[in-house]
Amino acid sequence: MPQIFHPSLNTLSRLSIFGGAFAALGLLAISYMLVGSPYQTQVGIIHDQPVQFSHEHHVGGLGIDCRYCHTSVEISAVSGVPPTYTCMSCHSQIWSESPMLQPVRDSLKNDTPIAWAKVHDLPDFVYFHHGIHIQKGIGCVSCHGRIDQMPLTFKDKPLTMEWCLECHRHPEKYIRPYEEIFNMEWKPPGGDQLTLGRKLIEDNHIPVDRLTNCSVCHR
Amino acid sequence: MRPWFPLMTACLAVLSTGCRQDMYDQPRYEPQEASKFFTDGKSDRPILPSVVHRPDPKTEPRDELYDHYNLGIVDGEPAETFPFPIDRTVLDRGRQRYQIYCTPCHGERGDGQGMIVKRGFSPPPPFYGERPPTGKSPAATIYADLREAPVGHFFEVITKGHGAMYSYASRIGVRDRWSIIAYVRALQLSRYATESELPQQDRDQLSKVSR
Ligand code: HEC
Ligand code: HEC
Ligand code: HEC
Ligand code: HEC
Ligand code: HEC
Ligand code: HEC
Repeated sequence: MPQIFHPSLNTLSRLSIFGGAFAALGLLAISYMLVGSPYQTQVGIIHDQPVQFSHEHHVGGLGIDCRYCHTSVEISAVSGVPPTYTCMSCHSQIWSESPMLQPVRDSLKNDTPIAWAKVHDLPDFVYFHHGIHIQKGIGCVSCHGRIDQMPLTFKDKPLTMEWCLECHRHPEKYIRPYEEIFNMEWKPPGGDQLTLGRKLIEDNHIPVDRLTNCSVCHR
Repeated sequence: MRPWFPLMTACLAVLSTGCRQDMYDQPRYEPQEASKFFTDGKSDRPILPSVVHRPDPKTEPRDELYDHYNLGIVDGEPAETFPFPIDRTVLDRGRQRYQIYCTPCHGERGDGQGMIVKRGFSPPPPFYGERPPTGKSPAATIYADLREAPVGHFFEVITKGHGAMYSYASRIGVRDRWSIIAYVRALQLSRYATESELPQQDRDQLSKVSR
């Protein structure tokens, strides 16, 4: 029987088998990187907003508390973007002629909402609640980064399931005293976060073993 | 490999992202989401004018205290007294809320020199002492010195606003408004407290500082 394949093809077949395996692995790696990449998670991306609102000016510069605008953050699931009326409680007089604030004035006059682009948006099958995190001692900065230094708001953390779980497994690495929740610059006294964290977990009765149950976030 | 295999994989991939989007963005409104159904574009619906408030039996008194607690009014006049006892926890809460909502304009000490005033907002009157004659206030001045104003007046100012000051009713709950007023009263007192009125601990502190 004549040989169908020439012996030199042996190398080729080996190459293609290995090549195929590597290609498959490579594809997996690339897709994994894509899922975690800023392109997919939108970390650091600035959205077009109807008004160039700056947290850097209002929080960092003027020292306004988060709760002046995000009123419900301590007690409710959503923190919420402030209504036009809140802006106008100062901008009725401050920069009241500025064209930058024209959309805000129009919004109050015509009773139409300002269409802010959402910066953070969890999928609808995930349940999140601000209130419990604030009450149990997670600071805004742990999840939103240095908002007080952002001229325009962007997402600082990926908000993937992996990221949520990292903290739900080890909250002692992040937890802080209640008075420091809104402090963007807080450092644990003496730099000893773990000891303080473990104590606060005791004090706040946080059921760490239960926090990774699927039904906590998917309900 | 059959020629249609890559094609099918591609189709599957496209289809599966289809399902993915459905679960990511389910056909219900999230809070504050834009609506195509309502003509004003809001999915959060405003309260209708005909809605009647029913007191919450857990937090609001129902009886004769109702007007006192919710409106700051007793017998048609601004209330002179607080509708519930003021203790340390109420004062602490009041201080916290004051520092969030009032300091930007009225200042930490209540002197009316907050950060926003420094940036050009019309200066509010100080909470103690004669108010300065200047000011472009469009609102009527009733009390020459706000120490004479009854607590019901403060309640009305926070709830409805006053001249250049907007209403804070949607941001500060009724109990918190009373707590803030209690703290403002403490600020007023503190400006005129004499050394002999201080507790021993504070007097020691004071003598240490002045030495
Ligand atoms: C003067 C009012 C004001 C204050 C004070 C303020 N914010 Fe905001 N915040 C806004 C407005 C308006 C937006 C929507 C526009 C935007 O995204 O930049 C916003 C958006 C945000 C967002 C993104 C929301 C989204 O779309 O996902 C976060 C997170 C946030 N603020 C956190 C904070 C934190 C933390 C503080 C306190 C350190 C704070 N804000 C203080 C007005 C304010
Ligand atoms: C507590 C008072 C206060 C509130 C509330 C407030 N602002 Fe401002 N805003 C200021 C002051 C003061 C400035 C001037 C900043 C400066 O001088 O550094 C300013 C400046 C601005 C500017 C000019 C550009 C800039 O960043 O300097 C924009 C735009 C603006 N604000 C938008 C808003 C919007 C939108 C809201 C409502 C979410 C809002 N502000 C709520 C006090 C306020
Ligand atoms: C444990 C993490 C975490 C902490 C702590 C946290 N946030 Fe958020 N925040 C989120 C997530 C996740 C979202 C997106 C929610 C969604 O899309 O449903 C969000 C969304 C927001 C939004 C957009 C509106 C909304 O509610 O969806 C604002 C505004 C906001 N956060 C402000 C704050 C402020 C102010 C604080 C501090 C008091 C804070 N957050 C603390 C995780 C956190
Ligand atoms: C930096 C730490 C941290 C991060 C990040 C974090 N959490 Fe939490 N989460 C906590 C702590 C602490 C609690 C309080 C647990 C308790 O005492 O019940 C909590 C509680 C919760 C609860 C309520 C649990 C219950 O039933 O009592 C939900 C829901 C939740 N987290 C969802 C999320 C989601 C979704 C994310 C990601 C977007 C997230 N969390 C990210 C620390 C965190
Ligand atoms: C701490 C909160 C939290 C817990 C606990 C949690 N998840 Fe998730 N899960 C998330 C978040 C947030 C996302 C959205 C991630 C994203 O947008 O990329 C998610 C997404 C998912 C998805 C969809 C993935 C995708 O890419 O579409 C699946 C499936 C899932 N989770 C399964 C589970 C299972 C199974 C468990 C229990 C072992 C679990 N989750 C526990 C927060 C959580
Ligand atoms: C945006 C700035 C601003 C903020 C924030 C603010 N105020 Fe005022 N307030 C004013 C101004 C301006 C006046 C003077 C109004 C006038 O006479 O036109 C005033 C006046 C007052 C008066 C005097 C009313 C009278 O009889 O003359 C009281 C009392 C008062 N404010 C209480 C408060 C309390 C309590 C808070 C916090 C919940 C607060 N204000 C927050 C700006 C502010």
